[in-house]
Amino acid sequence: MRYVIIGNSAAGVHAVEEIRKRDGEGEIVMFSREPYLAYSRPLITEFLFDGVPVRKMSYRDASFYRDNRVDLRLGVEVVEIDREKKEVLDSRGERTPYDKLLIATGGTPFVPPIKGGDRGGIFTMMTWDSAKAVKERLPKTKRAVVLGGGLIGMKTAEGIYEAGVPTTVVELAPQILGRILDRRGAEIFQDYLEKKGMEIITGDTVEEVVGESEVEAVRLRSGRVLECDLLIVAIGVVPNMDLAKKAGLQVNRGIVVNERMQTSDPDIYAAGDVAEAFDIVVKEKRVNAIWPVANRQGRIAGANMAGGEKVFTGEFPKNSLKLLGLEMISMGLVDSPDDSCQVITRDEGERYVYRKFIFKDGHVLGGIFVGEIDKAGIVTGMIKNGVRMNGNRERLLYGPPQLIYLDEEYREEKLTRPVVS
Amino acid sequence: MGCGLCLVACVVEHSKTKDILMAYKQETPRPTPRNVVEEGEEGACFSLQCRHCQEPDCVDACVNGALYIDNGVIKVNKDHCVACWMCVMACPYGCIYREEREGSWNSNKCDLCPGRDVPACVEICPNRALVYEER
Repeated sequence: MRYVIIGNSAAGVHAVEEIRKRDGEGEIVMFSREPYLAYSRPLITEFLFDGVPVRKMSYRDASFYRDNRVDLRLGVEVVEIDREKKEVLDSRGERTPYDKLLIATGGTPFVPPIKGGDRGGIFTMMTWDSAKAVKERLPKTKRAVVLGGGLIGMKTAEGIYEAGVPTTVVELAPQILGRILDRRGAEIFQDYLEKKGMEIITGDTVEEVVGESEVEAVRLRSGRVLECDLLIVAIGVVPNMDLAKKAGLQVNRGIVVNERMQTSDPDIYAAGDVAEAFDIVVKEKRVNAIWPVANRQGRIAGANMAGGEKVFTGEFPKNSLKLLGLEMISMGLVDSPDDSCQVITRDEGERYVYRKFIFKDGHVLGGIFVGEIDKAGIVTGMIKNGVRMNGNRERLLYGPPQLIYLDEEYREEKLTRPVVS
Repeated sequence: MGCGLCLVACVVEHSKTKDILMAYKQETPRPTPRNVVEEGEEGACFSLQCRHCQEPDCVDACVNGALYIDNGVIKVNKDHCVACWMCVMACPYGCIYREEREGSWNSNKCDLCPGRDVPACVEICPNRALVYEER
């Protein structure tokens, strides 16, 4: 049996581990167009200001590939999947046959056409190499603009700011961090960051890059001109599904997979930021491009590729974020979808503390913790397990959440039965 | 009954001296408990620590592999942890704690007391509310 894995990040690494639990003999070939052993992609913005030592960015070291006997092909990109012959063609022109294939190619930053967008000094942040390129430029950067106030944009802005370069974030939406915070939570974060000296402009976007050969300024839709010599584009990420498309696999906004992480071709699996799988909060398939979901999907794909029977029961957005020292955790929905939901909040924004929970039919659908985050995972578990909570809801607003607030039945279940998670 | 002895036993077991007075009075930073006693209304309470789940959400959430499974025990490599709190976000039991050591932060959790047959919290529990068994 030969397993071929395209991609060497969260999903790919965990697929390897699960395959090896079941198949000690089979051959595992892994391709990565990047030249590095698996590293922590969420930490690349820390690299900009040495926020964490490089050794902590390592996700798996050489012993992982050796112990699991992975034939690792770094810096080699798979350019075509031939489903008829069951082989992949790589950028060196070599063909590698597979019995089971995993597409774990992740995503790529989306860069819209911008007038003057061919100037030098414009970067995205998705790979270690992109972080290296940005870092190299920082010593000669007087002012940076980050287009996009989402998770990647804000973490990049933090990294550049911490490296001592004045930074302005430009976000088209009326608020920053729209996927992981509601309006009020974002306002509190914005206030905090502005007081620290970061500039944040919402409801506006970059329309033109001005400069001879290098970026010298950006002109915003409002007409405002911001001088800068570095522009980061972080408005979104799109799944790398060209390979899948060309191979005729079923795709939507990501590669469509079933609960075993199988694509429309039963010998080809997909996992991580490239896959579109069930979201238990919105109750439809979507791409949840977050680290924990990539890990879980990779494990499920790997197990099934090696003859196991693992099922993806669904996930939902869940994030932990720290910006210039202010911490937040959110899970599930951050805004109430309709009037049938009950919303409770505790707003102590003046001291950067905020909580919000959304309930529907007795279930919690979402939570936000700003400032005080201890034991927030209890709410994540409630969403995951569909726990009903009728009394005690207000208690979630104060202090760390406790299991004892929940119905006895759930507590019994959680504390006395075998634990999967 | 909410006596909290499990918390004391945990602190002492994970202290340098393993002496209760020294652990609480002399050691800096003072070790913090890796378990919690939850207290509700009407006197209900229980002691809670990591369940060492078979498919742990915390390990899946950890961004750089600082959390790992070692022979069924979920451990944290404190020197690798970057204090991103993805594990705090993920643990459905609320059993991973933020810990400060000499100005830097890392997560901290139950390690089932390496070297012991029975974890310290279980051994000390006066009315055998804590039981150590595999499920």
